[in-house]
Amino acid sequence: MNLAILNARVIDPLSNRDKEGSIFIADGKVAALDKAPDGFKANETIDAKGLMAIPGLVDLSARLREPGFEYRATLESEMRAAAAGGVTTLACPPDTDPPLDEPGLVEMLTRRAAGLQTGRVHPLGALTVGLKGERLAEMAQLHEAGCRGFSQGNAPLPANATLWNALKYAATFGYTVWLRPQDPSLSEGGVAHEGEVATRLGLPPIPVIAETIALRMIVEMAQATGARVHLARLSSAAGVRLVAEAKSRGAAITCDVGVHHLHLCDRDIGDFNANCNLMPPLRDPSDRDALRRGLAEGVIDAVCSDHTPVDDDSKQVPFGEAEAGATGLELLLPLTLQWGREAGLKPAEALAGVTHRAAKILGIDAGTITAGCAADICLFDPKRPWVVEPAALVSQGKNTPFQGLELTGRVARTLVGGRTVYAA
Amino acid sequence: MMGNHELQVGPDGKLRHLLSTEGLPAEMIRRILDTADQFVSVSERDVKKVPLLRGRSVFNVFFEGSTRTRTTFEIAAKRLSADVINLNVAVSSTSKGETLLDTVYNLQAMDADMFVVRHNQSGAPHLIARHVKPGVAVINAGDGRHQHPTQGLLDMYTIRHYKKDFTGLTVAIVGDLLHSRVARSQIHALKTLGVPDLRVIGPRTLIPADIERLGVRVFHDMLEGIKGCDVVVMLRLQNERMNGALLPSASEFFKCYGLTAEKLAVAKPDAIVMHPGPMNRGVEIDSPVADGPQSVIMPQVTFGIAVRMAVMSMLGTPA
Repeated sequence: MNLAILNARVIDPLSNRDKEGSIFIADGKVAALDKAPDGFKANETIDAKGLMAIPGLVDLSARLREPGFEYRATLESEMRAAAAGGVTTLACPPDTDPPLDEPGLVEMLTRRAAGLQTGRVHPLGALTVGLKGERLAEMAQLHEAGCRGFSQGNAPLPANATLWNALKYAATFGYTVWLRPQDPSLSEGGVAHEGEVATRLGLPPIPVIAETIALRMIVEMAQATGARVHLARLSSAAGVRLVAEAKSRGAAITCDVGVHHLHLCDRDIGDFNANCNLMPPLRDPSDRDALRRGLAEGVIDAVCSDHTPVDDDSKQVPFGEAEAGATGLELLLPLTLQWGREAGLKPAEALAGVTHRAAKILGIDAGTITAGCAADICLFDPKRPWVVEPAALVSQGKNTPFQGLELTGRVARTLVGGRTVYAA
Repeated sequence: MMGNHELQVGPDGKLRHLLSTEGLPAEMIRRILDTADQFVSVSERDVKKVPLLRGRSVFNVFFEGSTRTRTTFEIAAKRLSADVINLNVAVSSTSKGETLLDTVYNLQAMDADMFVVRHNQSGAPHLIARHVKPGVAVINAGDGRHQHPTQGLLDMYTIRHYKKDFTGLTVAIVGDLLHSRVARSQIHALKTLGVPDLRVIGPRTLIPADIERLGVRVFHDMLEGIKGCDVVVMLRLQNERMNGALLPSASEFFKCYGLTAEKLAVAKPDAIVMHPGPMNRGVEIDSPVADGPQSVIMPQVTFGIAVRMAVMSMLGTPA
């Protein structure tokens, strides 16, 4: 099956390419750019005039809700949502039910996902058994089953001694540990950023220091153990500053931010909008601005959707009882590009955090359009306006604080290994 | 999503729900207090009943236990001739796993006209108000740490009764601001009514972050804070605050922030002392002050009935 995409604005953040051209695909791979290989005969030709051709997105956090939460979403529904959002590779956190702490579970999930042929799924393994923070999960065996990192998901960080050992153990084999920096005791019971909004609404607060204390400890332990650590979901200006300092000292750390946190702050909670109940919490406007700058300056390596489908019953409750999270797979691309435009970045620069830089954190070859790489490609209409209507989202998760927002740019077609998995 | 103002006040200027003192216009607060004036006299009559809510059903739905507040709402509704149904949901539906909205829908199907709601989660009455049928009113009787607007309004009534005008007053609120829904209701109402010098006093562990942005001045020294005040509001201190390492002991709190005659002496000579009840004597307030000539704590309770009657009558009758 040979495919030719003609007249597209081909953008490759890795090589910083942004010019009109063609992509020739054979055997699921990019055979050549701009000039057809000798003897190339296309079975299908796409005229992509007016469309951007960008690498399929690499999303570092998308909850697919399987196993255990099928009433919220299924692998099928969420992989379709991923395809509709131009996401071709994603990492899913281990906070399923049961958590991904056994190789069998990981293999089953990977096999089911592969069977769907709509995208590439990389499950993160549980760092501790049952995510309980007590015993280490079987990391080597989970790695063999396909886990490219180990994480606690949104479960609390283990006690210091356990975390210390987990990092030493992971460092033994060179595994990456993904940690969301949030001190459990300083954030216990909290549901909103400690500041004016939480004070006004009487919501139990999560102070910034819950992030910075955990961050300092993790960085210190990473340096001492030599473990590779990925810091998931920064939320504060102080957190960005600490990461910048640690990186300048040569710490082997990377970090990401959720795309919601680039656009929203605690003010958006308004009068108890439970769709703004996110974890980590939306913080002050100055924190949001620091996250935006940190990403533009490369202190923050990647942006993820932190896609979390939540059923209505778990959101139609008082703010503090609502389950945290928002749907995101279909919003990641337009929201990332919007941030890029507002930050004065070219699309190739804006997309780095959802393509090759994210792929590097996962340790995979993806997120680029170059000869020889897998033909995971998103064709994107950069001018098409649309309004976020929850009911119209492909994802089973309709929970979004962006309801009614007008966005510019929509996915026209998504290819995984040269196969069309979504067409508008 | 509708904000406080649109939820509470209809386009016709009529009160639809009472959820928060935040966003309640000064004009509306004055109307409530003026209406309450008329009901104070009802309470002094032999027959303490008016027919304003005859045939209407008021459901007191308490997801968190409270005998006193529920009783005051019950008395107010009965004096307006409403049918009152008390539900202690804390021990019934939720333990059966029913959601908050399902409970409300069920009660609505029994033709409730008004819900008086207390819940331990901030924002629960807002959620209910967004989901009830048009014409059904919700009164927040205390939600989490957020608001207790009828308490805030009865405090405004009390202050107006004794001080007439708000625009020259110095008011201090003392104690556990962090957990107090009463304080939040008072702060918004006092700011709206034009109090120029509003102070909050307490240790740093009990003052929530950025509270200055609500328009108050923060004091940690009690004497400095109540100096020259016209009104001193003492908040109730819950015993469990000692567990979370917020305070060392009740007696140390009393030593630093308890209101004694000696401390009260630095306020204006005609300063009034208020407390939303129930009081912890010897913790936040000394008995001689609680029972002394400057205390208006008992009148607060009496006015509370009139203010709740006012709110209920405004919600339950055509404008």
